[in-house]
Amino acid sequence: MNPKIARHVYGWLLFTPAAIFFILFTHYPIVWSFFLSFFSNPRGSRAAVFVGLQNYAYLIEDPIFWQALKNNLIYAFGTIPVTISLAMLMAVWVNRRMTGRAFVRAAYFTPTILPMIAIANIWLFFYTPGVGLFDNILKSLGVSGRNWLGNPDTALACLMVIAVWKDAGFFMIFYLAALQGIPKDVVEAGKIEGAGRFYFFRRVTFPLLMPTTVFVVFNALINTFRIIDHIFILTKGGPDNATELLLYYLFQTAFEFWDTAYAAVLTVVIMTILMGLALAQFKVLERRTHYQ
Amino acid sequence: METSKFWLHLETAAAWMLGILWAAPLIYAFWAAFHPPEFAVRFDMTAPLTLANFIEAWTTAPFARYFINTILYTFMTTSLQFVLCTLAAYAFACYEWKGRDLAFSLILVQLMVMPDQLLVVNYQTMTALNLVDTIPAISLPYIASAFGVFLLRQNFKQVPLALAEAARVEGAGPLTILLKVYVPLSKSVYLAYGLVSVSWHWNNFLWPLVITNSVTTRPITVGLSIFGSPENGVNFAIVSAGTLMSVAPLLISFLLFQRQFVQSFMRAGIK
Repeated sequence: MNPKIARHVYGWLLFTPAAIFFILFTHYPIVWSFFLSFFSNPRGSRAAVFVGLQNYAYLIEDPIFWQALKNNLIYAFGTIPVTISLAMLMAVWVNRRMTGRAFVRAAYFTPTILPMIAIANIWLFFYTPGVGLFDNILKSLGVSGRNWLGNPDTALACLMVIAVWKDAGFFMIFYLAALQGIPKDVVEAGKIEGAGRFYFFRRVTFPLLMPTTVFVVFNALINTFRIIDHIFILTKGGPDNATELLLYYLFQTAFEFWDTAYAAVLTVVIMTILMGLALAQFKVLERRTHYQ
Repeated sequence: METSKFWLHLETAAAWMLGILWAAPLIYAFWAAFHPPEFAVRFDMTAPLTLANFIEAWTTAPFARYFINTILYTFMTTSLQFVLCTLAAYAFACYEWKGRDLAFSLILVQLMVMPDQLLVVNYQTMTALNLVDTIPAISLPYIASAFGVFLLRQNFKQVPLALAEAARVEGAGPLTILLKVYVPLSKSVYLAYGLVSVSWHWNNFLWPLVITNSVTTRPITVGLSIFGSPENGVNFAIVSAGTLMSVAPLLISFLLFQRQFVQSFMRAGIK
């Protein structure tokens, strides 16, 4: 074959198998969700009809949607700073010589590799009112327990605690990689200058970890639109929609209420947020390149 | 000097305390699983050890079947990912073809919006393909992975061109070069990608929940969610035993190959 044409042919032949599945399960669903969001649900023999922005008008009026969006924000901004601070702390601790380092590192990281469903099963028992572990501990301290998951004031916080526990060790490894990438002479210089450990962290390590922090923050944000498994076990979005997150609401709309048109609208909302996040990440990284 | 030494000891102590706190839920699950139910919240060191909870859990729910389903689905996903992503990464790294850059930026989209969020339309697609409640249906949305293509492409680009050129001179075709030069030189990336992918799919829940509805297809996570749901009234000792059983393969391999796991996740995260 003419080598000039060959590279095009080979390129496309090699890419085609993957391309088929990319299009079928990523690009087509994205486009089709937009399309569906402008139509009504087909009912019985009646086909779906074009309804313009009617489904979106419903979205604006839907209090559960706003509640879910608010919960998503609380969930994200409540967990991410805590998770990141802990992850950084863990990384700094595990990065130095100490007795039992292997155990400590494994303890931090293990929750990461467990399925969220298994984790929720374990934590469910901690939160169970009366007989659960937390209530038993409180009882022994003379404090009366409470219905942690059944109370709208505490239910979301209970889920957030689990998220912190699961994710901190995961983000720790990215900080660990970044810490190991800090040049030895910088560390040496700090020692010679007599910089204290905390001072050194604040003035040298922390700024050098900034690109990692950006990466971790956006990853954690995306995760709040991806990992909702614990809700299925612990609260099912309740009580009183207190733990309704957007993706869980999408699931309910699509597969419990079978309202495909409205589920398409929610899909579009989630996609828009995720693309906005990606764009924001790109902008931030662009501005921060001087750190690297 | 004395204060700094004191400070370092303090840090070690704090690191340990956090470690114990982090390990506590899992250790607690072990406690509950290996003791009779009445000791679930009574930490009596003389409590008798038992395997009854495991036996009970194993006979209450079809765990063996769930395991087989999970293994099939995970194996299918990861191996198909390897094939498709390797071919695509090879095309992007080593050939210049018309439309390559556009195709690459279109793949980028999947890093933002994943099949996890597209379950409504993907469910319709599976219905149309008559694949609902089959193991391939759990797997197919994930086999073209933008993440995998990126990871492998990055690695293929670092392979010296002279090696591929030498093989070409000896008369090797494109696929031979891929299999004899690029793939063997990327073993560690395949290991990293494989570990990340297997643990990801082993733990995956939402899409399998949506697309399966019978014992013969349900993976372990979905089975566990049914088993552990409070409506079933199973007591905590047995739920703990079932939970530990289902995480055991992953947990044991993690503890054995800790270094590889950590390095794989690191490597996969930093592109």
